[in-house]
Amino acid sequence: MSTGEQVKISYREAMRAAIREAMQRDDRVFLMGEDVGRYGGCFAVSLGLLEEFGPERIRDTPLSESAFVGAGIGAAMAGMRPIVEIMTVNFSLLALDQILNNAATLLHMSGGQCNVPLVIRMATGAGRQVAAQHSHSLEGWYAHIPGIRVLAPATLEDARGMLWPALQDPDPVLLFEHGSLYNLQGVLAADAEPVDIRSAKIRRAGRDVSLITYGGTLPKALSAAEQLSADGIDAEVIDLRTLRPLDDATIMASVARTHRAVIIDEGWRSGSLSAEVSARITEQAFYDLDAPVARVCSAEVPMPYPRHLEEAALPQPERIVAAAREVVG
Amino acid sequence: MSRVTGEAAPEAAADVPSAGHRGELLRQMLLIRRFEEKCVELYSASEIRGFVHLYIGEEAVAVGVNQALTPDDSIVSTYREHGHALVRGIPLDSVMAEMYGKTTGCSRGRGGSMHLFDVRRRFYGGNAIVGGGLPLAIGIALADRMRGEERVTACFFGDGAVAEGEFHECMNLAALWDLPVLFCCENNLYAMGTAVERAQAQTDLALRAGSYGMPAWPVDGMDVTAVEHAARRAAEAVRAGGGPHFLELRTYRFRAHSMYDPELYRDKAEVERWRHRDPIELLARRMREAGELGDEELAAMEDALARRIEASVAAARAAPAEPVEDLTTFVYSPESS
Repeated sequence: MSTGEQVKISYREAMRAAIREAMQRDDRVFLMGEDVGRYGGCFAVSLGLLEEFGPERIRDTPLSESAFVGAGIGAAMAGMRPIVEIMTVNFSLLALDQILNNAATLLHMSGGQCNVPLVIRMATGAGRQVAAQHSHSLEGWYAHIPGIRVLAPATLEDARGMLWPALQDPDPVLLFEHGSLYNLQGVLAADAEPVDIRSAKIRRAGRDVSLITYGGTLPKALSAAEQLSADGIDAEVIDLRTLRPLDDATIMASVARTHRAVIIDEGWRSGSLSAEVSARITEQAFYDLDAPVARVCSAEVPMPYPRHLEEAALPQPERIVAAAREVVG
Repeated sequence: MSRVTGEAAPEAAADVPSAGHRGELLRQMLLIRRFEEKCVELYSASEIRGFVHLYIGEEAVAVGVNQALTPDDSIVSTYREHGHALVRGIPLDSVMAEMYGKTTGCSRGRGGSMHLFDVRRRFYGGNAIVGGGLPLAIGIALADRMRGEERVTACFFGDGAVAEGEFHECMNLAALWDLPVLFCCENNLYAMGTAVERAQAQTDLALRAGSYGMPAWPVDGMDVTAVEHAARRAAEAVRAGGGPHFLELRTYRFRAHSMYDPELYRDKAEVERWRHRDPIELLARRMREAGELGDEELAAMEDALARRIEASVAAARAAPAEPVEDLTTFVYSPESS
């Protein structure tokens, strides 16, 4: 039962609290990655945990993404519950072989024998002027892969509550933390509970258009919904939360009510998660639609450094508002 | 233990293995050889398909190393893993059924020749990405270390893997964290068709591993007793907390890389020279000379193996295939989806 006590907390602190709690509850859990220990994590998520749990369980690794992600897979197969942190999704490509060819594949290829109860966390996304090798949103690629679950916590509640159920999952789970969210502040129940990691959530109810998004673009979609509301357009905002497997039911139920959909995705448009959601709406809810599905994605360009170009490349509330107005007509 | 790098194999121990033990080594090598010869026959008859990478010529490595392992130890292997799987004790019937893709296969038919698994026997698979198994071995060893288990993880890979980045990441990590891994590099001189000297700037592979500060030495991989001796010595040191050890097992693949290739990359004369060092012939000759093996005994051994292998073929043929309705099982665990 909740005590009702509320605490001020940031997204970063919520994530840290989730890691701390998991480490306390289950001695099979350990955190491994580059600079997670002495440095405190490249986004300071694990700051202080080394002092609390020691170097065996808060384990600094060399810059060997493939080796330490693969080691996480091996340790998970052998009965541990590792949390592997990769600094950014761009760096995760150095471990893509292990994630795809081993983590996602071992259960099937072994005829159901090799479970990989591993959680891999990484930062994703742009907005901090760190240019073309630290800014991309490649979670849509990972959502292409059967055998893994892909999560995108976009709220304090999810930052706090997704990790524990992810660790309980017998299969590999990837957690994408958008870099722009770490400083998000708010209040959360002191005894916040684990959350469900199977479904999308309606973050704002509305009747006229469904804004479907996840991760770092959720605040932008909510801001767009406020602007639309001033124009008399009542937008519903859906936070996908679980990018694989997608919660089709929540998406289709919303589209059945609003008859219009705008998908906002920080990934590049071509071959993106937004393309997948759009295709599913076409397949499953075509006759509910009063307008073609619209998409607001990142420009198809490696992320440029200057602020004005980066802003121009990314989905912004104004573009979401414009797209919503267009489909509402 | 002294750090031995790039030197000749240490002298054989004083304890001479018994005739019975040698007979068992011979039987295991023959099992692998005859199993794979049967696979060639079945492949030619289109009964089994896919890639089938034969271990023929390299049997002494799997058999010798396995002598140093206990059932509690773990094995991570490659796509050329029939030998490792069979000597580990994965039942012949289930290995053969896997070749047929049947439900009674050791991976329920989902893996085939390259992906034999038996987690109960701590056999963590044939991995068909060169170098891809090394990080898994590191992780299994890390889990053992964190839980205070005195297990060894034997990790097999070929000379080709030494050119992969993952190899170097894993040598470094294993040495840095002092992990209980026995690295078994099966140097058969070719990465598919690329000879070691055409792919490796430094062809002394033990020296490469030794540069990470772990004991590493080359072993005559055609001599099963030399392999056994080296593996026992290394595994004991790993088990005693001596950190990772590396054996470069110098061996040779007598057959094509996969089932057939035109073998344009090597001389027939070279193959012939190595065939004179056939590990099975080598041991059999020694045993004959010592009066430990007669024609009748060998014939009896061959006969028993042939009957076992024929029975495994019959069982695999008769075994059920997985129903197509079960296509998507084992993608997620039942409790997850």
